[in-house]
Amino acid sequence: MTTLSKSDVENIAHLARLKLTDAETELFQEQLSAILLYAEAIQQPDTTDIPPTTSAIPRHTVMRADEPADGLSTAEALANAPDTAEDSFRVKPILP
Amino acid sequence: MPELAKLTIEDAQMLLREGAISAEELTQSVLTRLFAVEPVVQAYLSVQEDAALDAARTADARRAAGDDAPLLGIPIAVKDAILTKGVTTTCGSKILKNFVPPYDATVVQKLRAAGAIIIGKTNTDEFTMGSSTEFSAFHPTHNPWNMDYVPGGSSGGSAAAVAANETLGALGTDTGGSIRQPAAYCGIVGLKPTYGRASRYGLIAHGSSLDQPGPMTKTVTDAAVLLQAIAGHDPRDATSLDAPVPDYPAELRRSKGFDGLRIGVPKEYFIDGLNPAVDTAVRNALILAESHGAELVEISLPHTDFGIPVYYLIATAEASSNLSRYDGVRFGVRVPADSMWETYFETRAAGFGAEVKRRIMLGTYALSAGYYDAYYLKAQKVRTLIQRDFTAAFEKVDVIFAPTTPDTAFKLGQKIDDPLQMYLTDIFTVMTNLAGIPGISIPAGFADGLPIGLQILGPALGESAILRAAHAYEQLTDWHHDHPDL
Repeated sequence: MTTLSKSDVENIAHLARLKLTDAETELFQEQLSAILLYAEAIQQPDTTDIPPTTSAIPRHTVMRADEPADGLSTAEALANAPDTAEDSFRVKPILP
Repeated sequence: MPELAKLTIEDAQMLLREGAISAEELTQSVLTRLFAVEPVVQAYLSVQEDAALDAARTADARRAAGDDAPLLGIPIAVKDAILTKGVTTTCGSKILKNFVPPYDATVVQKLRAAGAIIIGKTNTDEFTMGSSTEFSAFHPTHNPWNMDYVPGGSSGGSAAAVAANETLGALGTDTGGSIRQPAAYCGIVGLKPTYGRASRYGLIAHGSSLDQPGPMTKTVTDAAVLLQAIAGHDPRDATSLDAPVPDYPAELRRSKGFDGLRIGVPKEYFIDGLNPAVDTAVRNALILAESHGAELVEISLPHTDFGIPVYYLIATAEASSNLSRYDGVRFGVRVPADSMWETYFETRAAGFGAEVKRRIMLGTYALSAGYYDAYYLKAQKVRTLIQRDFTAAFEKVDVIFAPTTPDTAFKLGQKIDDPLQMYLTDIFTVMTNLAGIPGISIPAGFADGLPIGLQILGPALGESAILRAAHAYEQLTDWHHDHPDL
């Protein structure tokens, strides 16, 4: 299960929206396989009836008063954008 | 008068209060020192010289008007993983090389409110992913004790800056040891608070169930002072704890030292691969504590061996999700391409370095259909077992003593091509983040001229207990008086 094929690596890269070079694909295939082989150790402990951790410190639902407050201005929100137009983020058309 | 940059926060506060020095003189001394050693240490990614001097003059004016805020006029460095309004914040990544945050992180806002002067932004592994600061997209940082060695990471810039007296104190962030491991390698004090003790609002997210900001300082008292300034509930971080914040420095002044303190000694932390000098340093600390009234209790943390695999599956899973925001749309670098779809792939390929890509890949895999149960879910169940180990241990002891790292700092380039070997340097620090508990690393000796770190762990919200034990050890030793020859 832990030895990744080249197509496994390509599939993960696709899911992660990463374009990899052939050299990166080959390197990650080798390195991630080694890391996953090491990570197999976590299968050892018996976790029957052990709940997964959902929070490092147990928490109750956090509530706060619904009070209006200032957020970022449009100019501040757009200040770091690579491309803007008409008070919006500008991107290539999503639909061809 | 000693060189002001070498002062502790505690001593500088006293001299500022007495009027013996001004904040401007102090800040100028730190800047002079910084510019003298930066060419070789390279701890900073940016230095806010003019803003710092302006803030220093403002601090002097405030003091003249009767203000005595806790950090008034004290220069502090901030890891570049923490947002500073109007000051470029890159998190060590090319993808954020031009990012200017429109707001301050809560911990930065609190520092400013306490009167601190932000001197500059310190180097980090890209998106805090690394244990050596070599994965910074800009430049590596050097260990002030030996320039051929890494300062640790990811808060290696903050650790090196404090060790080299390029600041009085610094903020770091710790997801799996990123405050404590570089503190150990650079011979300074580094404290990771309880998860939720300090706000994560404005920290550039790595692993959101693990991340915590914390102080990196020359002494334990300084760590208490800095923790005091940043701790507390923040309505903008739903995971921050709504628990009262003790007066940490006052508690240290009243401390009874080691007398009556129950110290746990976890057998799983004294492993075969431990550097004998590290082993000896920690055992000597235990002997010293016992001779001053502490009770040593043998304990077991049976799931310690699973810490690294559990951590690297959970942290990368969370990172893969957190880093999906870097898509070239709202902020960060964009690599234009023919379609929106290709823009995502090209932007992320060009913007992220190798280690970040590797971790995004690992985390994506751990969360993907067909593997989620075997990796992510299983890891979260084993995490529960790790937490239960600590809960059981803290029924018997007040604090736990352990090495911070199995070895002292390694050479630049030594582990850069072997990710698993790099991950294993965190073997004694990741458990603390998985369990959400606080930990501190303090100087405990040297091996071949490189510092050794003693790690002290406490139960959730047990910062007072670990500070007390760390302070008691510091009072009985002189390691914190040693400085690198720079």
